Amino acid sequence: MKVIYQTWWKVLAVLLVLSTLTTGLLFRVPVLPILHETIRNLYFHVPMWIGMLSVFIISVFYSVKYLNTGKEEYDLAAVECVNTGLFFYSLGLITGMLWAKFTWGEFWSGDPKQNSAAIAFLLYCAYLVLRNSIDEEQKRAKISAIYNIFAFPIMVVLIFVLPRMTDSLHPGSGGNPAFGKYDLDNGMKIAFYPAMLGWSLMAVWIATIRYRIRLIEYKKNSIN
Amino acid sequence: MKKLLVLMVFILSCVNVFAQKSAQTDMADAMRSSGKIYVVIATISIIFVGLAIFLFSIDRRLKKIEKEN
Repeated sequence: MKVIYQTWWKVLAVLLVLSTLTTGLLFRVPVLPILHETIRNLYFHVPMWIGMLSVFIISVFYSVKYLNTGKEEYDLAAVECVNTGLFFYSLGLITGMLWAKFTWGEFWSGDPKQNSAAIAFLLYCAYLVLRNSIDEEQKRAKISAIYNIFAFPIMVVLIFVLPRMTDSLHPGSGGNPAFGKYDLDNGMKIAFYPAMLGWSLMAVWIATIRYRIRLIEYKKNSIN
Repeated sequence: MKKLLVLMVFILSCVNVFAQKSAQTDMADAMRSSGKIYVVIATISIIFVGLAIFLFSIDRRLKKIEKEN
């Protein structure tokens, strides 16, 4: 846990994202119908989901750790990771809707990818509701940790597996190629991979700040 | 510090790709030479740098509070 107090990876995150702001807007991209220049959204829309995924994975890790040790700090880490993840989730959904408006024609066209993303969003909102509905601390931590561990794989299946098995407008579904397969040429990777890593680190950074604030609050409350 | 230097070299190493003039695509290349796309890049970069500085300052304040506790 010492690493969350260090600075180097925060600088790395900023530099990576900063580099993609330039490379993402300037570098050559494949010329594709309908998409046109909006293909550059790939550098900003997808990293939101990767950032969300990173903090959700860390959250599950700390939920498991909490159940193993019963240490309250791990529960705090888990919930703050989910909070940050939901923020990036919203950004991913909103940017996706905007992108969909100009490529699919509607903000929300009931596409399987959109629908299951919405369901998974509610799934994680339910996590927070569940947490806030239990007053007793240990019970709350334990139940929400278990819920979190189950919610994560369901979210992954809903967002990343099920839409790919049906016909969806979203790339990577029902014979519709994902960017990674045909369209993401080597020129795009220069901007895409740093963006994924950079935004993931940004998400983790925000989560650690929230966790540290939460820890101080927790300590203050337990003294009184 | 050494780590940061290596990092900078690593990031700047992709700058030479700028040298490649893009092939004959009729996307927004004209935009880029005369359409002031650099202004947009500068704007979002400023916003992001501002956010980053803000985050760093929050980080620093937190560190101070953590030391007091």
